[in-house]
Formats: sequence, C-alpha cells, structure tokens
Amino acid sequence: MAVLKVLVIDDEPGIRSGVSRILNNFHVTYPFMDEDYTFEVTEAATGEDGIEILERELPDILLLDNKLPGIQGVEVLEYIRKRNYDIVVAMITSYASLDVAIRATRDGAIDFIPKPFTPQELKSSIENITKQQYLKRITHKMQQEGKKIRYQFLSVLSHELKAPLNALEGYLRMMQGKQAGDLIDDYATPIERSLQRIQGMRNLIMDLLDFTKIRLERKEEKIQEVNLAELASGAIVTVQPYAIQMDVSINLDVRSDAVIMADPGDMEIVFNNLISNAVKYNKVGGKAEITIDSSESEAILIISDTGIGITKNDTENLFAEFVRIKNEKTRNISGSGLGLSIVKKVVELYHGTIKVDSTPDVGTVFTIRLPKKPLTIT
Amino acid sequence: MKKSDITILVADDDPDYLFQTVFNLEKAGYKTVAVESQAEAESVIARFKPNLAIFDLMMESDDSGFILCYKIKRKYPDVPVILATAVSHETGLSFSLDSDQEKSWIRADRYLEKGIRPEQLDQEVMKLLKL
Repeated sequence: MAVLKVLVIDDEPGIRSGVSRILNNFHVTYPFMDEDYTFEVTEAATGEDGIEILERELPDILLLDNKLPGIQGVEVLEYIRKRNYDIVVAMITSYASLDVAIRATRDGAIDFIPKPFTPQELKSSIENITKQQYLKRITHKMQQEGKKIRYQFLSVLSHELKAPLNALEGYLRMMQGKQAGDLIDDYATPIERSLQRIQGMRNLIMDLLDFTKIRLERKEEKIQEVNLAELASGAIVTVQPYAIQMDVSINLDVRSDAVIMADPGDMEIVFNNLISNAVKYNKVGGKAEITIDSSESEAILIISDTGIGITKNDTENLFAEFVRIKNEKTRNISGSGLGLSIVKKVVELYHGTIKVDSTPDVGTVFTIRLPKKPLTIT
Repeated sequence: MKKSDITILVADDDPDYLFQTVFNLEKAGYKTVAVESQAEAESVIARFKPNLAIFDLMMESDDSGFILCYKIKRKYPDVPVILATAVSHETGLSFSLDSDQEKSWIRADRYLEKGIRPEQLDQEVMKLLKL
C-alpha cells in the first residue's frame, strides 16, 4: 500500500474536513501499479500556514483554494513554481474566473475542482492526478535508466519490417522441418500467407520510397502546370483492377478544371493513396467518388467513399506515421500505415490543407485544398 | 500433468504469428485457445482459466500485452504468463525482466522476442509449468 501525501489549503473548515473524510477512505488502483494508492491528508487554513507545512515536508498533491485570507492561492502556486517543487496542484475554487484560471494553469496547476464539490467529483479528480503522478514517476525512472520510450520513425519502421520477416521465417522453418506433412499441398496456407506478407512488405517499401522522395527530392525544375483532373483519371486507371476485384465503382466528377503549379509526381502520390484507400476500406458493391473543383485561389479535391468509416477518436491520429486503425473491420486489410502521413506531408508542402469527415459504417470524405498560386515549396 | 491436459491461451493480432505459435504448441502436445485481440483475450480470461498464457505486446493499443498480464495475474495469480514481442533493442523500447524495478510493473514471468524457435518455446513453457 503506497501513500500519497495531500495538503489541503482552504479557509473553510468544512471543505478541509470534507476532503480529509473523503480521501481517508479512498484508494486508487491502476494497471501496472504495484499496489493501491491511499491518501494522508494535512490541512492548512491560510496560504502562509500551507507554505510552512510544505517547507517541512513536501506533499505529493496540493489542493489549493484561491481565495484565502492572507496571500492568495495563485501566490502559493508561484512560490512552488519558483522553487521547482515536484507537487501536483489542483485549484479548488468557486470563482474560476478566466484570469485566475489562466494564471494558475501557467504557474503549474493541472486541475480545477469546482466548489462545492461532491465526494465523487473530488475522488475522480484525485484519481486522475494519481494516475498522472504514477506515470510521471515511471517515465522518469525509465529515463534515468536510459530507457526512454521513443517512437521514432526508424524504430517503428524496424518493427514493421521485422514482423513479416518473422512470419516468413516461421513458415519456412515449418516447411524445412516438414512439420505439417510430407506433401507440398500440406503447406498451401503457409505458402499463400508468405506471399501475402511479401506483398505487404513490398507495399511498405514502395511507400517508404514515396516518403523519401517527398523528403529529399525537392527539385524546383519539376514544378509545372498540373491538371488535377488528368492526374485523377490516371490514378483511377491504376486502381481500377483492384476496384473491380472489390466490386467498388469509382466515379470522377470534374466541376471545373483545376490547374496548379506542382510536381506531378507529388500529386500522383496524393491521388494514388486516397483513391486506393477509398476502394480498400470500402464495402462490397460500394462507391468511391472523386470530385475536382476550384475557386479563384484554390483547387479543391474531394475523395469520398461509402466504406467502413473511422470513429472520431481514431481520426485524431490518422495522419501520423505508422498509424493503422485496428479493429474488427480492418483486421484483414493490409497496409503500411504510411499512406496518409505521406499525403498530409505532400499537401503541407504545397501550403494546402487536408480534412477528414467520417461516419462509421457510412463512409469517409477527405477534402484537400491547394492554393493555385505558384508558391515556394518548403 | 501431461502436456495434453494443458491449455495455453495465445493472443496475437498478427495472424501468421498466431497460426505458427498455435501450430508449434499443438505439435508439442499442448491444447491451445487462440485469440486475435486484447478484447477477445479479456473475454476468454473472464470465463476460463488457462494453464499458461502467451501475449503479444502491441495489439489494439501499444500496451495491450502489459494490460493483459496485469488483468490475468489479478484474476489468476498462479497462471504463468509469457510476453512475446518483435519490439527489440533498436526501437529504444526494449525492456527485460532483469531488474526488480521492471519486474515490479511488468507482470509477466517471461519476456520473449518473437522469432524464437519452437523447441525454445516448448522449453520455456515446460520450465514455467514445472513439467
């Protein structure tokens, strides 16, 4: 049983005794936590008393009222921040006025507990703070041991490349040891799966090549007038065989000719990725619609599908490298997790924007806006 | 206990690794229950006590394996758990079960790199089950 020390600074005796009563019988559990956390509460009626107490022994958590008889809560906060004390501070306040909140947040308060609060409100705030505190300690310890968790591009990449190699190696060993029988037909599944994993790895390598292209091969002389409708129909032709296989129809709607200054290779990457995604994550018999439009200053590309869709939560990380939405519906769909991160990088290179709207089981719409004016590519 | 009386729960979202692990374990004589996600593993654990469990680390979330270790140990403290992953040294994510600090928060009995030989896996399982 680990104990976290809580100091409550509040001039209302009712609040102080309430906090003590509620937290004395409260404990927090969390996966990976060695043991439950319990709380030991100390009380102070003024900021001055509070500082005296925390100078004697630093608490882990400080519950701080802002409106105090002497020095104010924000001043206590400032005192703590100046000395770099490792205390998690939550403000308890009935007047969470904006300027106090801003000042308090800037000075390191991580939570606000409204006054009056119910026992449940206090408990859930304390629970959150405890989890944060715990994770901070674990991370800190790992950093000290030189084991900082870093999700860097190359490291994740090595994982992504190793997984198919491991799968292939396993299947080959199975065959080498004739573990499923003496006949080649006994190995139909391992052979089929090996070929699929090789295809997946090939796709990953192709995506990586795109990735390095947009990162390294930035050449001004490649910039030319590009007709986006033409490129879109080219990309549709490329994806068509796959679409036929999936029974997805692709339609191109050119509302106005969109011509921009760009490297055609870059725009091909955008179309190929988004159109093949619109097919890949669709349903049998579904539709993919590519709309090309333009305003005076922008080219607008809309790629919509009638596919499995993405939940709001999942759209948040959608454009990050190696992010693949894992669920029951995507289980049998392979991908490198690089496509959309590449698309986003290209769009940003041209000072454009990309936006996604999606409803699970209804479909997804990607909207890209690219400025028509020749701009310096960055 | 005979190997044929032992049921091993295997959770891995890589269908090939799952297939191979199950294949090798059954070849060695064990019974298996195979699941492809943390959620499925949790629902199996809720209803059934395996003799041993092998969890992949990264499934729905990056720490699925850790969470499963924690949950299975809370329900069945005596079930040995192997955490298997392709995450390794060069990812900067490596960990072992060598220090007390790591043991204190990784609730697995063994940590194995993916790609281990079937014989090795069998050895580890036998050691953990004291066969």
